[in-house]
Amino acid sequence: MTESIIKAEHLTKHFPIKTSFFKTLLSKQTPVVHAVDDISFEIGAEEIFGLVGESGCGKTTTGKLLLRLIQPTSGKIYFKGKNITNLTDQEMRKTRQKIQVIFQDPYESLNPRMSIYDIISEPVHVQKAARSLEEIKDKITKVMEDMDLVPPEEFLYRFPHELSGGQRQRVAIARAFILQPQFIVADEPVSMLDASIRSEVAKLILSLVEKFHISFLYITHDIALSRYMCNRIAVMYLGKIVERGPTDDVIQHPFHPYTEALIAAVPVPDPTVKRTEIVLKGEIPSAVNPPSGCRFHTRCMYAQDICKKEEPPLVESGNRYFACYFPLRKL
Amino acid sequence: MQILNIENLKMYFLTLRGWVKAVDDVSFTLEKGDTLGLAGESGCGKTSTALCVLRLLPRNGKIFGGTINFEGKDILKLGEHELRREIRWKKISTIFQGAMNALHPTTKVGDQIIESITAHENVSKKEAKKRAESLLDLVGMGASRIDRYPHELSGGMKQRVMIAMSLACNPDLVIADEPTTALDVIIEAQVLKVMQDLQHKLNLTMILISHDLSMIAETCNKVAIMYAGKIVEQGDTASLYKEPLHPYTQKLVTAFPSIIGPKKELSSIHGFPPDLLNPPPGCRFHPRCNYAMEICRKVEPPTVFIGNKNHGVACHLISGEKS
Repeated sequence: MTESIIKAEHLTKHFPIKTSFFKTLLSKQTPVVHAVDDISFEIGAEEIFGLVGESGCGKTTTGKLLLRLIQPTSGKIYFKGKNITNLTDQEMRKTRQKIQVIFQDPYESLNPRMSIYDIISEPVHVQKAARSLEEIKDKITKVMEDMDLVPPEEFLYRFPHELSGGQRQRVAIARAFILQPQFIVADEPVSMLDASIRSEVAKLILSLVEKFHISFLYITHDIALSRYMCNRIAVMYLGKIVERGPTDDVIQHPFHPYTEALIAAVPVPDPTVKRTEIVLKGEIPSAVNPPSGCRFHTRCMYAQDICKKEEPPLVESGNRYFACYFPLRKL
Repeated sequence: MQILNIENLKMYFLTLRGWVKAVDDVSFTLEKGDTLGLAGESGCGKTSTALCVLRLLPRNGKIFGGTINFEGKDILKLGEHELRREIRWKKISTIFQGAMNALHPTTKVGDQIIESITAHENVSKKEAKKRAESLLDLVGMGASRIDRYPHELSGGMKQRVMIAMSLACNPDLVIADEPTTALDVIIEAQVLKVMQDLQHKLNLTMILISHDLSMIAETCNKVAIMYAGKIVEQGDTASLYKEPLHPYTQKLVTAFPSIIGPKKELSSIHGFPPDLLNPPPGCRFHPRCNYAMEICRKVEPPTVFIGNKNHGVACHLISGEKS
């Protein structure tokens, strides 16, 4: 990794829960949801960094924090070395040219009443990034060709409902790419698509990284797919990063018991393979009152007394990081 | 023992734009104790086929032909009353898609199970309650949760309630329609484990509908792959995954990423599934097929059975080779 494109330092987001007026008067503290709690990571140039975990673990909140769509409770975000945590909306608007997003569901993220032309050109208008109509048209044609939406004229004046799921997601990606960003947050970009189309869009994203030298934060619950997409991954549990490292290392030799369980839970598309059975008991605890110490101790089969009392620090081992007192293998 | 035999089933939906051929000439059989995985992309007719078996079609759906032979009776010939008294839930039950929303939100889960028992069988409420408790135990929830409302339960627990309810009247056949979509991987693994255990314990016959071939690989002993309203390939799970014959199956099987073993290139299929209002002539897959020949555009390929007679495939490449 040469230069970091985006860097998160001790990023924390707590969402206050609405309580009744009287309760607010009586209690000193309002309860909060610990959506993201003190996480740090860096994403290098041309890198796809995966954020993996179950629903409710804070993946999407992290994505929104990096986009500055929500304000962090504490912590800092750097974009190409510049602190963007406290930029005003107006200053942020300029930076947003370089930071874009692709959402999960292309059936909901595209306005059904706008034509494909309007959808893809909207960022150009908002950012005033083109001087003439010709220039806008050139940009659109080019970006649509990059997305394999060819011939562009056939799509320009159609509406989202006339396109298939895969085509819609390509339009959403084209919209994110038209301003030539350097960093993209992709929130489960292929999970709503059918299998045969899913791998096509996944491959498109990989080829775009190579062609345009972009960095990605790739949010996904599908750890098997992250193996194909990401250079490095971070596994999240209840707002914390429990393990981080190069994707293949993490998947083949996990340190954290949660990572191991997450990998064991993934079904394998081969009936002759019998996978090791580690089925975790119970479900993710509430993020309002997360367990003391290690947040995973309530479901961990290796948990001991210390895990209940003290939070394990993030330990470094080569290019791997993990937060566990009793890692699954020797350092 | 043969429990279900579907032959040449045709079911179309009437829409404003014409007849949508959702299920077109589908045939398969199920033996006692089988688990059949019905796989395919969205809109290929998986759920519609299941709805035909239960005869729970929406009003605009009409069955145009074929037979559904269940334990010696043709379901399509039964009257509504008989179907309701004898077959539905008692013999064939279902776990509906989206269990999160399939439960009644203001009725206790126990009462919902009791209702499904008393509606189909002549038992006292007390007895039904006892059975509901043992069912909840069976799916690993514990009888103590009988007085909970659905909103007090998590997604995985609600799914277990749905499974318990489907087993309420000791059915011979359970149809599970995407039982684990919308669940997280770890919860999905828990629910699948419950289903597998039950299957062994009760020797259930099941149809598992899913788009996820990885899940089917782990839970089913038979697979049928559907594309655009037709079954393109069916057979034993082991042989079909090892040696897929239809070009569509070949692509689909390798489109799923695997977490173990060497990293293989993921395959993808260009284009998208056809509009079932006007399906393409000949083989419905030919516009997306890399091996399409002249004959594929004109003549519909017949299903030929090869090997141990269990592996059926509808493709001219195979039938041509054979003749």
